[in-house]
Amino acid sequence: MSTELINLTVDDVPVSVPKGTLVIEAAKQAGVLVPHYCYHPGLPVAGVCRMCLVEIEKQPKLAIACATQVAEGMVVKTQSSAAKSARTGVLEFLLINHPLDCPICDQAGECELQDFTFQEGRPATRYSPVYAKRFNPVEDFGPDVLYVPNRCILCTRCVRFMEDVAKEPVLNVSERGDRAFIGIHPEARLDHPWAGNVVDLCPVGSLLSKDFLHKARAWELDKSASICTGCSQGCNITLDTREGVVVRVRPRPNLEVNRYFICDHGRMSYRWMNRGDRIEAPLVRRGGELHATDWDEALEAAATLLRGAARRGVVLASPRASTEALFFARELFRARGGDWRGAFQVVMGEEAALAAVPNLALRAERAPNARGAELLGYGRDYAAAVAAAETAAVLLVLDEPEIAGRTQGALIYAGTVLPAGGRGEAGGGGGGARDAQVVFPIANVAEEEGTFVNRDGRVQRYFQAKPTPGMARPAWWVFSELLAILGNGDGTEARVATAAAAFDRLASSVDAFRGLSYTHLGLAGVPASSTVPVPA
Amino acid sequence: MGYPHKPHPRETVVLSRHFGEADARTYKGWVKRGGYEVLAQALAMEPGRVTDIVKESGLRGRGGAGFPTGLKWSFMPKEKNKPHFLCVNADESEPGTFKDREIMRWTPHALLEGSAIAAHAIQAEVVYVYIRGEFTEPWDFMARALAEANDARVFGAIKIYLHRGAGAYICGEETALMNSIEGKRGNPRIKPPFPAAAGVFGMPTTINNVETLAAVPQILKHGAAWYKGLSLSSPKSTGTKLFSVCGHVQKPGNYEVTMGFPLKDLLYDLCGGMRPGRTLKACIPGGSSVPILNREETESCLLDYEGVVDKGSMLGSGGVIVFDDSTDMVYQIMRLARFYAHESCAQCTQCREGTAWTTKILERILSGRGTTADLDLLLDLSENMTGKTICVLSDSCAAPVVSGIKKFKSEFEDYIAGRRKPVMVA
Amino acid sequence: MSVTAHPTPAGTEEYQPVFVGATLEALGEILTRYPTRQAALLPALWLVQGARGWISDRNMAEVAEVLGLTPAYVKGVVTFYTMYHQHPVGRHFVQVCTTSPCNVCGAEDVVRALLEATGANELGATSPDGNWTVIEVECLGACGFATPILVNDDFIESVTPDKVPDLVRKYK
Ligand SMILES: Cc1cc2nc3c(=O)[nH]c(=O)nc-3n(C[C@H](O)[C@H](O)[C@H](O)COP(=O)(O)O)c2cc1C
Ligand code: SF4
Ligand code: SF4
Ligand code: SF4
Ligand code: FES
Ligand code: FES
Repeated sequence: MSTELINLTVDDVPVSVPKGTLVIEAAKQAGVLVPHYCYHPGLPVAGVCRMCLVEIEKQPKLAIACATQVAEGMVVKTQSSAAKSARTGVLEFLLINHPLDCPICDQAGECELQDFTFQEGRPATRYSPVYAKRFNPVEDFGPDVLYVPNRCILCTRCVRFMEDVAKEPVLNVSERGDRAFIGIHPEARLDHPWAGNVVDLCPVGSLLSKDFLHKARAWELDKSASICTGCSQGCNITLDTREGVVVRVRPRPNLEVNRYFICDHGRMSYRWMNRGDRIEAPLVRRGGELHATDWDEALEAAATLLRGAARRGVVLASPRASTEALFFARELFRARGGDWRGAFQVVMGEEAALAAVPNLALRAERAPNARGAELLGYGRDYAAAVAAAETAAVLLVLDEPEIAGRTQGALIYAGTVLPAGGRGEAGGGGGGARDAQVVFPIANVAEEEGTFVNRDGRVQRYFQAKPTPGMARPAWWVFSELLAILGNGDGTEARVATAAAAFDRLASSVDAFRGLSYTHLGLAGVPASSTVPVPA
Repeated sequence: MGYPHKPHPRETVVLSRHFGEADARTYKGWVKRGGYEVLAQALAMEPGRVTDIVKESGLRGRGGAGFPTGLKWSFMPKEKNKPHFLCVNADESEPGTFKDREIMRWTPHALLEGSAIAAHAIQAEVVYVYIRGEFTEPWDFMARALAEANDARVFGAIKIYLHRGAGAYICGEETALMNSIEGKRGNPRIKPPFPAAAGVFGMPTTINNVETLAAVPQILKHGAAWYKGLSLSSPKSTGTKLFSVCGHVQKPGNYEVTMGFPLKDLLYDLCGGMRPGRTLKACIPGGSSVPILNREETESCLLDYEGVVDKGSMLGSGGVIVFDDSTDMVYQIMRLARFYAHESCAQCTQCREGTAWTTKILERILSGRGTTADLDLLLDLSENMTGKTICVLSDSCAAPVVSGIKKFKSEFEDYIAGRRKPVMVA
Repeated sequence: MSVTAHPTPAGTEEYQPVFVGATLEALGEILTRYPTRQAALLPALWLVQGARGWISDRNMAEVAEVLGLTPAYVKGVVTFYTMYHQHPVGRHFVQVCTTSPCNVCGAEDVVRALLEATGANELGATSPDGNWTVIEVECLGACGFATPILVNDDFIESVTPDKVPDLVRKYK
């Protein structure tokens, strides 16, 4: 698109948009939502549903806003009687074969057919009840997708996604006329690693997620902006929760990162957020056993350990930990002039690109914040760090319950869960979290605010979606409290009250984040300073 | 001429001159009749010059839209930096139309020659002749003629291929036809881009009807002025036109007359009029997609682009469907609606759902259970189906319904009021 | 583009590919006419139907493989065009035009006569002897020769009910 600006008005609101902009997008900028079904900014234009008909002055026929480019001086009227009645007509046609089964439809409440019918539809259908409606049985398309053809409005978004975006055309439009439906070949499955997007793209309840089937009604859901933890791509997502339980993950548009999509791996990586076997209280070791206690005692116990010998510390951190937590974990040693070493380990998997979107793939690195950890000086030489831990004065383990790290020094564990084997049980000398002197219960990604840095160095915020269990607190809080107790290194005991403040601390002391703030990051994130080399 | 009838003295036989002469199908026979002479001359001409001649002749597209042919050719890029294509529309599927079939059956070389001239004019190296799948016989004649002409190397560097359709009226729509050639569903494309910019395979393309192209060698042979002079009424309509006449006339067939010929004379004189004891009730003058004319309109209509518009319809493809007083207009309009419902490509909501719904309402009226509200509903649905879709198939369904209700309302009312025995069970 | 592998489902005999020998050669020639392989899809489907009488899901998968398409894509195209048979049909496949111009000339009587004379009895059904399937189709582009029918690839004009018995006998 060129930089030349075109001036037009949409419903009397003047806008200037780049040459080549579609009327439907220009309307958005004028604050006008033109009703539409087949159009989706992440897909090639089809112009088939004919829902977005608008009047353009001096044009003999109504035009579709989704395929018409703006022109200088254009006067667009979305509310003219001709345009409105054309759209009312489309809605009526779309509904004649529709089962009107909203009460049992998962889409109800977030259905564009419901929404626009409510807005512009006829109060009653003129389709005689004696006429048969099109009927086709529900079809199992793939591992997580069901097709309910009777609700399909044939907008072809799903077909275009598979054909033009995933570049694996496993869906088709079959037959023609009013017999048409979305088809698949009996020998094929809708099992592409990004296939789940068709469910989000479907404007009605025709493509359904089996995982979400009848789990919740749309209006019962709370939505929170978050970042996927499935890999280092850092796709922007929305966590849908119902009564404090994450029930669904959906993409949140971010043109710089994931456009409108997420992969199925990320989509399904949420159940762990609801784990019931959480550490709910701080634990301290007394007489060889871990005992639940309050925060004051636990923080004091840890402070004592750190005060004693904290100048030689090792941090084994999860690359799923927030940048803020990673920062304060390191500061526990570094701010006090200690000799510290931090490392993280990333689980690797198969890479799966979304063919038509440049720089978007399920990354082999299945962790959201490896880059953040690197920017903060954590290294990838995990084995060496584990070895160094043996002789360290303090080993701090951050949410890596299964780590077999041993140390002659003191072991502090901050985590969401204890290793398998059970809370406080003395394992067969396994080492790691179960040998800890102090255990801090921390919040998981859905329970706190924080940031991750994706593989391209983009710093992105995630928000709290559900309450923390028991006494658990965000890890940044735990470490910043500890640091305050120990003295911040600058002699102060200033406490950090919010995640935003935690980030400000980080930003003021780490070059890569200099000048950034939560306000500045907003919902879409900002690249970390690219001039800062990754510490080797 | 009115094949299978003898030429009528009032016909102007240009395209149909050799209909019925089996020998004209062969290469030798065609050359003997003066064929391929102008092709050789045209190939030696500047492409732009050929286009100019066709422009001057006033030739307009015979496929339905009546777009000036030379002008269409002139839209093709002059600077050639991509392959150019010519598509020949031999999908002839518009109910009432069967003229292209006759051209291919009797004078396949006329079409091939015209196609090669057009290809030269638009600088296309490849020509696809898209023949509807059901046209097995025309296909065979075309294939034979093409093989012979290829053997005689008359096309120079131009390559001509036949491409067989597989049962889809909509593939006659120019962009649907291109998709079909590309191995896709025959879905019309949204425009722009127009074919001259991005047509088949995304390359500059011109598409013309069989009859349009078959006229081109004649124009080159006899000159633009001669062709332009063939006009009985509006100067904007020139040349001769093949009218396919079918339905209730004594002698259905193809008749070639000069533009502006009276429809009344075509029906009563050339076609032998109605069957004994029958009178004319209605006529669809341009293939099933155009509004129906009543008797008065029919009998005062002049057959050229403007003349038919004057009567509230369109010349379309020149398929003239005749209904006498025995016709159940409601039933026939239902059949036409059913045709469009069957053929809708399913892309546009209004067309996919509207054609089927319209059919259901008409069937219900025919079953004796319609209501007067149904007529208003039909008109309103037709309004919603007109001018709002990717192609005009949707409009085409509405045209006979709207004109039919307007002009033959009492027939609908008879079914609704129970004055007429139901003919369907719904 | 990925092409799914097609193992023979258990319990079915091995799939016999269509595109071997002369058919494969024919396809090779067809491919020279178009700038893309996809463009050979309609002709390839005609070759399959010519060889097998109809186009099965397995055939579609084979065509997909040969042309570098997906089976689902091919199926979407097959189902668009009414002349491709997605199921086996009688040895003689009869298409009768019943659109308005032929309709007013008695096309529906021709259909009835054909259903009776062939023993197919019902539209779309195949006669018990497996020889005949009769369907109604929309305009065949020969409206002046009401009623035109297609028996397989034979285009027959001006059929009337009284001509039907003889016509059927000829194909026996
Ligand atoms: C639904 C539909 C069906 C059509 N069918 C045919 C057809 O069968 N043959 C044809 O020549 N044109 C047909 N046309 C018109 C073509 O789109 C196109 O205008 C024509 O082929 C151009 O050729 P011409 O300029 O020589 O007439 C059809 C148009 C529509 C909208
Ligand atoms: S299933 Fe949904 S996305 Fe696909 S065509 Fe139907 S309505 Fe559109
Ligand atoms: S690509 Fe990575 S970040 Fe994006 S959704 Fe998939 S797992 Fe999550
Ligand atoms: S109007 Fe009908 S036939 Fe034409 S593109 Fe739309 S749905 Fe297809
Ligand atoms: S949204 Fe514009 S036509 Fe569908
Ligand atoms: S209507 Fe029967 S062939 Fe055209």
